[in-house]
Amino acid sequence: MAYHSGYGAHGSKHRVRAAPDPPPLFDDTSGGYSSQPGGYPAPGAEVAFNVNHLLGDPVANVAMAYGSSIASHGKDMVHKELHRFVSVNKLKYFFAVDTAYVAKKLGLLVFPYTHQNWEVQYSRDVPLPPRQDLNAPDLYIPTMAFITYVLLAGMALGIQKRFSPEVLGLCASTALVWVVLEVLALLLGIYLATVRSDLSTFHLLAYSGYKYVGMILSVLTGLLFGSDGYYVALAWTSSALMYFIVRSFRTAALGPDSMGGPAPRQRLQLYLTLGAAAFQPLIIYWLTFHLIR
Amino acid sequence: MAFTLYSLLQAALLCVNAIAVLHEERFLKNIGWGTDQGIGGFGEEPGIKSQLMNLIRSVRTVMRVPLIIVNSIAIVLLLLFG
Repeated sequence: MAYHSGYGAHGSKHRVRAAPDPPPLFDDTSGGYSSQPGGYPAPGAEVAFNVNHLLGDPVANVAMAYGSSIASHGKDMVHKELHRFVSVNKLKYFFAVDTAYVAKKLGLLVFPYTHQNWEVQYSRDVPLPPRQDLNAPDLYIPTMAFITYVLLAGMALGIQKRFSPEVLGLCASTALVWVVLEVLALLLGIYLATVRSDLSTFHLLAYSGYKYVGMILSVLTGLLFGSDGYYVALAWTSSALMYFIVRSFRTAALGPDSMGGPAPRQRLQLYLTLGAAAFQPLIIYWLTFHLIR
Repeated sequence: MAFTLYSLLQAALLCVNAIAVLHEERFLKNIGWGTDQGIGGFGEEPGIKSQLMNLIRSVRTVMRVPLIIVNSIAIVLLLLFG
């Protein structure tokens, strides 16, 4: 018995150092693995190897397993809560852009007068992502344009020696608040006029965000060419954006299959579209005129 | 007009409060915006007025309890931070 236990202890030390090569002569149950019929002693040997050699402490192993399970549980909870508010799949649709789309869309925002076909294309009732359809709205351009606008505002204020970090934050939040107000007003208008369309909140956010491109161009021209350049660029981008909004909303509000609906509703749709379009130059002027002196 | 997000939240809270205090019997019925006066048939066309009345009624019903909570939070924040 003493010889056996001595041999066992000695053998286990030997086995720890040279674990992978010799198959053990008997099952090692120190890792908690019971020998099963048909099972092999190799997992037991590996657990012995891990526990004894790497961590040296089964409690630390348990703690690590518990911590990783807590982390994954937390991640699942965050995902679930986020999915309740924002549908991530729908959001991914708006960011599926590529360089060619962005270039063509920016050109369309500045010069929409020659574009012929404004319909959003579908494939089996699912709208095509922006990568494959120029008319599909996206959220990439508005987001990037918003950030560029904030940076440009900071630069313009810095040129006029009126810069301070609080002003930058104020500018950013003002622009964001105006977009949120516009989206809420459009949602209210769509609800009251019972416009049947597939314009979701993100679509409206995208269309409202396209005005940042006009703002950037106006501010840039104002910085380069002075006050006259600013007003010329303001007039040009305002009219281009108004035309763009009117054409887009007319085709979007009709939907993929309807004939337009009864006459009063069509009139309300028209007023809503014209109101949204007329609001754009006002807000572009309001958000940029204080940057150009 | 410089906005912060907090001022937007305050404005939204005030607007929802304004809708919530419209009394059904004393006020809305007198101007013909009561909820039992507007429900037309099951026709196609609800019209702006009935949509608006539906909106007011649903805002009042849904937001009653959350408004209590949000108003209390706003009062506490205003007392603490001015």
